[in-house]
Amino acid sequence: MSPRPALRGGLRLDGHKSRPFEQPLIALPPPRVAVLALDQGSGEEADPLVGPGAHVLVGTRVAAGRGAATDLHSPVSGTVRELARRPTAGGMGSCLVIEGDGRDARERAPAPLDWRGLDGDALVGRLGASGIGGLGGAAFPAASKLALARAAGVERLLLNGAECEPWICCDDALMRERAADVVLGAQVMLAACGAGRATFAIEDDKPEARAALEAALADAGDARLDVAVLPAVFPLGAERPLVAALTGREVPHDGLPLQVGVVCQNVGTAAAVARYAGDGLPAMSRIVTVTGSGVRRPANVEAWIGTPVAELVEACGGYGDSPPPERLLAGGSLTGRALGSDATPVTKGLNCVLVATAADLPARGEERPCIRCGDCADVCPARLLPQQLHRAARAADAAGLARFGLAACIECGCCDYVCPSAIPLTSRFRAAREQQHLHEAGRRRAAEAKIRFERHQRRLAAQAEEERREFEAARRRARGDRTEHG
Amino acid sequence: MEFATSPPPYVVAGVTVPRVMLQVLLALVPVAAAQVYLFGTGPLRLLAIAGTTALACEALALRLRRRSVPLALSDGSVLVTAALLALAVPPLLPAWLMAFGTAVAVLIGKHAYGGLGQNPFNPAMVGYAVLLVSFPLEMTRWPPSGPEWDAVTGATALDALRTGLRQSFTMEEVRAGIEFGRVGAAGGEWVNLAALAGGLYLLLRRVIRWHIPVAMLAGLAVPAAAAHALDPGGHAGAAFHLASGATMLGAFFIATDPVSAATSDRGRLLFGAGIGLLTWLIRSWGGYPDGVAFAVLLMNLAVPLVDRWTVPRIHGHAPD
Repeated sequence: MSPRPALRGGLRLDGHKSRPFEQPLIALPPPRVAVLALDQGSGEEADPLVGPGAHVLVGTRVAAGRGAATDLHSPVSGTVRELARRPTAGGMGSCLVIEGDGRDARERAPAPLDWRGLDGDALVGRLGASGIGGLGGAAFPAASKLALARAAGVERLLLNGAECEPWICCDDALMRERAADVVLGAQVMLAACGAGRATFAIEDDKPEARAALEAALADAGDARLDVAVLPAVFPLGAERPLVAALTGREVPHDGLPLQVGVVCQNVGTAAAVARYAGDGLPAMSRIVTVTGSGVRRPANVEAWIGTPVAELVEACGGYGDSPPPERLLAGGSLTGRALGSDATPVTKGLNCVLVATAADLPARGEERPCIRCGDCADVCPARLLPQQLHRAARAADAAGLARFGLAACIECGCCDYVCPSAIPLTSRFRAAREQQHLHEAGRRRAAEAKIRFERHQRRLAAQAEEERREFEAARRRARGDRTEHG
Repeated sequence: MEFATSPPPYVVAGVTVPRVMLQVLLALVPVAAAQVYLFGTGPLRLLAIAGTTALACEALALRLRRRSVPLALSDGSVLVTAALLALAVPPLLPAWLMAFGTAVAVLIGKHAYGGLGQNPFNPAMVGYAVLLVSFPLEMTRWPPSGPEWDAVTGATALDALRTGLRQSFTMEEVRAGIEFGRVGAAGGEWVNLAALAGGLYLLLRRVIRWHIPVAMLAGLAVPAAAAHALDPGGHAGAAFHLASGATMLGAFFIATDPVSAATSDRGRLLFGAGIGLLTWLIRSWGGYPDGVAFAVLLMNLAVPLVDRWTVPRIHGHAPD
C-alpha cells in the first residue's frame, strides 16, 4: 500500500499525449555529424578530453564529467572537427563537433556489469563511468546522486514515471516498451544506493505503461518494489511535490530529498542503468518525444545524443505547412525552453521536442495590473503567494521576497498559466532570483575586496613596523658602536 | 530552421480580467432586476449615470496619468465599481449626487492610489461613504417598495429598528412597521435574495472563493443570533440581519473585491469575519443605517496587517 497521494494546487491540463503513440517507437540512425554539448542540461560543462583532429570511436570518452556534468561519449566513429559555440537548449554553449566516418567502429566491446557481485560503493564507482545523467531533464550524474543517497542512508528510491507536463510522453513510451529494463534498473540502483524499497510513481492517465510495469514487476517477483498511482496533475512529477505526495514528507526548502530519506530517479535513467549493466555501453542515446501540430507524424524516437533536432523532426515526416510551425520547444509547454534553431543537438536532458503551431500555444494577452485575485496562490504547488511575491519583486524588496519564499519557487509556471492579468510571473521570479544572486555575488566580492584591503593594510602596517624595528635596531647598534668607541 | 524564443511558460489558460469583470456584472443583473421590480426604473437611471461618469472619470484619470486608455478602460473594472455603487445607494438619489459619488470612487478611491490593483480601499465603498457622510438625508431615504410608488420615502428597516428600539418600542411594535418584510427589510429581503443568487453564480464560476462571504455572513449572524438569544427584545436575530441592508451585496460582491481584500485563505477568513462583526456592531450601536460600507473600509485598513499574519506555511518550510 502506498500512502494517499496529495498535492496542493497544480493544474489538470489537456495532455496532448495520444498522437505519438499512433506511430511505433522510431530508432534513429547515428547522425553524420554529432554535436555534443558539454552542458547536457545540468548547467555545468564537462571538460573536453579531445581536440580538433582527434580520431574517436563509438563509445570513446570525449569529455570528463565534473560536478553536475557527466562524462560524454562519442555516438559515432570519426574525427573531431572543432570545439565551438553552437545553439543548445540553454541558448549557446560549447559543443564538441564530431564528423562521423559512417563506419560506426566501436570501442573494444565492454564487459557487462556484474552488479550483483559488487558491493554498493564499487557499484556506484562503476556507474560513474557510464555517463548516465538524469533523463528526466536535470541530467545530473545518476551515480553521484546514488553515492550521496548511499552516504545519507536513504530508505527509499522513488522512480519518477509521473510525466505530468503536457505533450511529453517519452517515459510513457519507455515504460510500455521496456518495463523490464526499468525494473532491472531499479534493482541495480537499489543495490547502489542501499535503500530498502523502491516505488514507481506513475499517473492514472497511463494505463498501458502501468500494466506493462506491473507485469514486469510480477516477473521480477521482488517484494521491495511497488507502484504508486498518482492523479495526472501538473506539476506532480516535479521532485518536491512528488516526494510530498508519496511520502507525506516535505523536502526542506533549502535541502534535498535525501534529508527525508528518499532519492528520486527518472524511470528513463533506470532503463539506462539496466542497459549499462547488461552490455557495459555508456549512455549515448535516449528516447525523445517529437510532437506538436507542426510536425507531420508525431512519434517517440530513440535518438543518439548529439543528433540535431532537425533530424528528429525529419524522421517524423518533417515540419507541417498548414499551419506552419511557430515555435520549437525543448520540453513541454510549461517548463520547456524555446529553441532558436533546429540545429540544437539532443542532450541527455532533452525529453521532448514540441513543434508548436499558433493554435498549440495560444498567445498571451496584453499584461494588465495585478488585481490580487489569488488564482496564482490557489495553483502554486509550493504554497506560495505569487501575487505578494510579484509585488515584492516589483518593489525590489529583498526582505519581502525572502519572507514570501522566493527560494521555494520551483518555476513550474502554474501561476503564469492561470493569471487573468497575463503577468509573466515565472520570468519575473527567475529575474528576481538572478538579481539576488548578482546582489549576493556583488556583496561577496565587496566583502572579499574589503578583506583584501584590510589584509593589505595590515601587511603595510607590519612592513612599516618591521622597517621601524630595523631602523631602531640599526640606530641602537650605531649608538652602541658610538658608546663602545666613545 | 530558425524560431522565435521567449521565456516559459508558453501556454496560458485564457481567463482574463475583462472576462472576470464581465461575470461580476452579469451576476449583478438579478440585484438590478430585483431593485427595478421593487422601486421602478430609478436604479436603471442610476446605473446609467454611474456607468457614464465612471468611464469618463477613468478615461480622464488615465490620460492624466499617461496610461493606455483603451487597455485599462476595456478591463471593465470601473463599470463594476459604478454598478456596485449605483445598486448600493437609494434608488431616488439625485443624478448629480450619483455622478459625484462615482467620481469620488473612481478618481480618489481608485486612481489617486495608482489605479487598478493599487487601491487599498474598495472604491465603490469610498464613494458610498463620502456620499453618506456628506449627504446623510438623501442617502438614507428609501422609497417604500411595492405598488405604492408614489408614497413618501422613509427610513430603512435597519434604521427603523434601531430608532424604534431606542425609543423604547417593543420589538413586535417596531417590526409591525411598513419597513419590515417577512424576514428582513420589506423589499430589501428580495434584493438580498437576488444578491445571494448572483453570489452563488460567482462562486460556481470560481470568480470568487467561499472564504470571505462565508466568514462575513458568519461574523454577522453568530453575534446577532447570540445577542438575540440573550435579549430578544433588544436585538434582531440572525435572519433579519442576513436579509436586510447590503448584507448579501456586501458579502458576495463588495468584500470579495480581491484588490482591497486579504489575500491568503486564512487571511480571507479573518477579513470576512471582521467585516461581519463590524457590520453587526455598527448596525446595533452606530449612527448610520447600515454598517457594511464602513465595516468593509475598516477591514480594508486592516488588510496589510492581516496579510502579514496569515502568510501560509511554504512547502518545505518548518511551521512557525
